[in-house]
Amino acid sequence: MTDIASPDTGTSAPAARELVYRHRLVTRITHWVNALCFTLLLMSGLQILNAHPSLYWGEFGADDDRAFIEFFAARPDGRDGEIKGFTRVGPMTFETTGLFGVSRDSDGDVRVIAMPGWSTIPSNRDLATGRRWHFFFAWLFVANGLVFVAASLLNGHLRRDLLPERRELGPRHVLHDIWNHVRLRLPKGEAAKRYNVLQKVAYLGVGLLLIVMVLTGLTMSPGMNASMPWMLDLFGGRQSARTIHFLAATGTVAFVVIHLAMVLLAGPVNEIRSMITGRFVVPPEDKP
Amino acid sequence: MTQKLLTRRNFLHVGTTAAIAGIGYAGYRAMSAPGFLGVLESAEYATLNAQRALLVGQPLAREFSPSDMSPVFKANGTTHPGGVAYQEMLAANFSNWRLRVDGLVANPMTLSLADLKRMPQRTQITRHDCVEGWSAIGKWTGVPLGHILEQAGLAAHARYVVFHCADDVYGDSGRYYESVDLFDAFHPQTILAHAMNDAALPVAHGAPLRLRVERQLGYKHAKYVMRIEVVDSFRSIGQGRGGFWEDRGYEWYAGI
Repeated sequence: MTDIASPDTGTSAPAARELVYRHRLVTRITHWVNALCFTLLLMSGLQILNAHPSLYWGEFGADDDRAFIEFFAARPDGRDGEIKGFTRVGPMTFETTGLFGVSRDSDGDVRVIAMPGWSTIPSNRDLATGRRWHFFFAWLFVANGLVFVAASLLNGHLRRDLLPERRELGPRHVLHDIWNHVRLRLPKGEAAKRYNVLQKVAYLGVGLLLIVMVLTGLTMSPGMNASMPWMLDLFGGRQSARTIHFLAATGTVAFVVIHLAMVLLAGPVNEIRSMITGRFVVPPEDKP
Repeated sequence: MTQKLLTRRNFLHVGTTAAIAGIGYAGYRAMSAPGFLGVLESAEYATLNAQRALLVGQPLAREFSPSDMSPVFKANGTTHPGGVAYQEMLAANFSNWRLRVDGLVANPMTLSLADLKRMPQRTQITRHDCVEGWSAIGKWTGVPLGHILEQAGLAAHARYVVFHCADDVYGDSGRYYESVDLFDAFHPQTILAHAMNDAALPVAHGAPLRLRVERQLGYKHAKYVMRIEVVDSFRSIGQGRGGFWEDRGYEWYAGI
């Protein structure tokens, strides 16, 4: 949906190209600041994960405790065998050599490390610097998120554009929208001026995930724990919070992958421009 | 007409793309510059000030029941200081060990383990959080640091309490040390522990005495404490950042 669906006059030939002002300035700025913070938080977060790539449930968890998820290296073919990377999730173990557990660095050398160097900030093992990046951009991320939420409440973006209307939540409407997405039939004409219900749910869902990320991040802080012990109870303990932080991050990565795929399918130049200049060319309706 | 518009539009697209690439590259260069780490480090002061505002009432870290304790409490960092002096103290069961309390105090003190055990004691079952990410729950008994500082009598301009330790983590690259400010030093759960899980503090966990500063990460909890020095600034100690790991890039305020 558009922020302001006002026809743009003066720049394009009439009828052939309908331009609308799709995204407000505050939406565009907070979107890109968010994208920057998300990328840097993810990569510095993977650096932090590398310091102890095991995730547990409950209050405590260390080497002698059973992890829920772990990334590790082993030589399954004996002491002289090749070293391989593995990822274990609950009872299931997958070989993930090249990606998780064992990977090559930028010099092509095999390294025993949970997350590969290209995915972390800094690319070498450096927990201290990774934490500096993570907490600086965590502050910026929270400040930016507060600006977005406050602006969206005040200017109606949340209510008019993001909250699904009751008629959109009917099973028939939702199934129809899913079916259109499955066939990669993206909205055109008037329908393209508004977010469809799957978009709304995706954007609100990722918003919720990002709030969970902030709260679980804070729940890992011993200082915050003393101040707000209820957060430990909310997430079932510090190590549970750490695991949920990781799972929510995985969820946001999945969102970004789908989000970028949809941008490509819907027309990347038009979509990206609309998030930079605000102006969006409405895809014309199919002629009958 | 259409031709012209397309040209103008193409020009705008190329221009916009170039501008984004330029901003991106400039941003990348700026973030790679050595000075940028100083910008990143500013977040530590935001965190310190925000958490201090939240902790102004000095709430306690959560305390657990014995059934919540970790079956195995991981030992990390130095697990044996080595060195002849420490070996001799260990062989004598630390009967010849003495804790020095000095610096900006009215009454410098030298305390034996027996002296410490005669002072008021506090026992707490708390969660220990390592900067690496793991946690363990254990039981600690010791003397509140605030009690020792009150006995010693702080000078008016005292600001930090520095803990000098027996271990040198990387051979001769520098003795372990740590520091806390008076806000944390006088917190009721900040204790000098001589017992862990109802037994004498094991060597791997810092025998004979270690700091517990429960609202901060593990590296603040100095092990093998030999001397407590009260200062107004830690700039002249070690590399001047307030601790062994702080000198190697970690935050002095480890509440997160």
